[in-house]
Amino acid sequence: MDARTQRSLVWLVLLPVAMFGFGFALVPLYDVFCRVTGLNGKVNTSPLAMPVSAKVDLSRSINIQFVTQNNANMPWTFQPLSTEMEIHPGADSRAVFRVKNVTDHPMSAQAIPSISPAEAAQYFHKIQCFCFNQQHLAARESLDMPVIFYVDPELPDYIHTITLGYTLFDVTKLAARAN
Amino acid sequence: MDVASEHSTDHDAHHGPAKGFTRWVYTTNHKDIGTMYLWLAFAMFLIGGSMAMVIRAELFQPGLQLVQPGFFNQMTTMHGLIMVFGAVMPAFVGLANWLIPMMIGAPDMALPRMNNLSFWILPFAFGLLLLTLFMDGGGPNFGWTFYAPLSTQYAPPSVTFFIFSIHLMGLSSIMGAINVIATIINMRAPGMTLMKMPLFVWTWLITAFLLLAAMPVLAGVVTMMLMDINFGTSYFSAAGGGDPVLFQHLFWFFGHPEVYIMILPAFGIISHIVPAFSRKRLFGYSSMVYATASIAILSFMVWAHHMFTVGLPLAGELFFMYATMMIAVPTGVKVFNWISTMFRGSLTLETPMLFAIAFIVLFTIGGFSGLMLAISPADFQYQDTYFVVAHFHYVLVPGAIFSIIAAAYFWLPKWCGRMYDEKLGKIHFWWSFVGLNLTFFPMHFVGLAGMPRRIPDYALQFADFNMISSIGAFIFGTAQLFFLYIVVKCILTGEKAPACPWEGAEGLEWTLPSPAPYHSFTVPPKFED
Repeated sequence: MDARTQRSLVWLVLLPVAMFGFGFALVPLYDVFCRVTGLNGKVNTSPLAMPVSAKVDLSRSINIQFVTQNNANMPWTFQPLSTEMEIHPGADSRAVFRVKNVTDHPMSAQAIPSISPAEAAQYFHKIQCFCFNQQHLAARESLDMPVIFYVDPELPDYIHTITLGYTLFDVTKLAARAN
Repeated sequence: MDVASEHSTDHDAHHGPAKGFTRWVYTTNHKDIGTMYLWLAFAMFLIGGSMAMVIRAELFQPGLQLVQPGFFNQMTTMHGLIMVFGAVMPAFVGLANWLIPMMIGAPDMALPRMNNLSFWILPFAFGLLLLTLFMDGGGPNFGWTFYAPLSTQYAPPSVTFFIFSIHLMGLSSIMGAINVIATIINMRAPGMTLMKMPLFVWTWLITAFLLLAAMPVLAGVVTMMLMDINFGTSYFSAAGGGDPVLFQHLFWFFGHPEVYIMILPAFGIISHIVPAFSRKRLFGYSSMVYATASIAILSFMVWAHHMFTVGLPLAGELFFMYATMMIAVPTGVKVFNWISTMFRGSLTLETPMLFAIAFIVLFTIGGFSGLMLAISPADFQYQDTYFVVAHFHYVLVPGAIFSIIAAAYFWLPKWCGRMYDEKLGKIHFWWSFVGLNLTFFPMHFVGLAGMPRRIPDYALQFADFNMISSIGAFIFGTAQLFFLYIVVKCILTGEKAPACPWEGAEGLEWTLPSPAPYHSFTVPPKFED
């Protein structure tokens, strides 16, 4: 093998190795990209560091709808206490969801939020949410879980309804492994 | 100019291939390896094709007749995987092995031992993949795109073999690409500058870069699947904080460049055949090179057009729609150049030229249905219907496959020193042409009417068109057995071919005697433009 081929070989091997790494780097990169741009309804899954004291816009009201669903074979019951509410942008609001572990054994669950329309995701701020943590319930135990949120008054004026959806996942195995 | 046979140093200039089985196992000769690649690809083409026959036989009539839905899903999945990774890609690598050194005046590939390795990985990779069909739970049944969670949570246990075989194929392709680039960059005959390289060499150089950039991402995706399935990670499982849509983003980041990997070398082949049988130089050489390069760059910016219905934001839908449509511009340049090359040429219609002209016409039809699919609002209707099946078969069968067949007819005299039977070649062409259009054209209609893809049964109103498709498929399938007969007949009893059997063909490979000597261009030829 002559020296020129050897030199080529170095970068020709480095390129695919780098691209293999890039494939893995795309995992967080997509996440960061969606979070920064608010695209694809990526919502914050951690609380605001400090509640921003935004001005309450009493001239507008937004209809907030709540939907819940269970992933795959998740047996718990999971429902909002009220399915919708009217709020003013900027005002702190509270909604409660009720879960019940209907099985005879303790289980762990994780709720994953999603906001529709996706454009509204970056204006929807959660101050406190049960989705920030996993829920561990004993057999037949029931729990009321609050979410406290406010909608940024900067929300585009053509958005009148925001749907907050939660999907409940069975993470019993993952939680057991983590302990 | 008969460089190879006249150049005789003291010991080994005249030594031919070793004898027996070990010749093929130990060989580092680019011609031997090219031959093995081409035969492997042809075997895979027949295996993948027989799976297509199972699919079409089941779809001959509505209702379930021959196979169970589970097995049907394995057939659609394996047909796709085998045709993409087993037939088209190895065939192009085989052509690259045979032709690139002869076209640039090099004695062999730059890295002959790696060349041997990258070929011999493949029989094991496909052996593993095919073995899954006989395992508990059957082979892969989640579609060739293996979307998570179908391929993770709901996959048959054999999925780990599938993952390993994808790893092996990827490794082989990457090594092949490294070899091609190292050869083209370092071993061109003196005087052959980049912008004087034959177009097949150019398109393969660009394809090799696509392979180096895309295949590792595929390797990454299947590695993540492996970890999700076996090691408890959650890349694609929403339950653990992952995202199934992420799988599609990563897969298509590989997948879209992959479709150009399967068509760019075809562009190169057509750019050799059309000028040869038009007896004119190729119209717009440099625009061909730039068009190929722009298609390659654009191919990394359009992946989400496969995912218009997953819930992309409006900005994303628009970006990917316009970016996709932009690809029509360089592609149009190419089609324009081929037609301009033929314009006022003294055309003769030998078999390679017939396949090349059919390529231009039918590939363009596939391109147009691609443009329809690129329109994001319309794609919501077309997504996952037979229209998509019609589209990608029109670009792959008369695109990639026809170009490979055309190349085989065009260079067979150089490879084996004998001519194929022209009359049989023409019969093969018309047989394939009719079968192909009968198979895939009705799929446009049933697709637009709403027939979903990847199902073993369908609503009654699609029955007639499906029967036509199935009959077409059997016609097309048998035509390829006929092709096997033509090739074997050519090798065994064909007429002796002169060094350059085509009046209008140009290029260094035609300066070698036919068949090309085992060692050619051991002294670099003088390249004059």
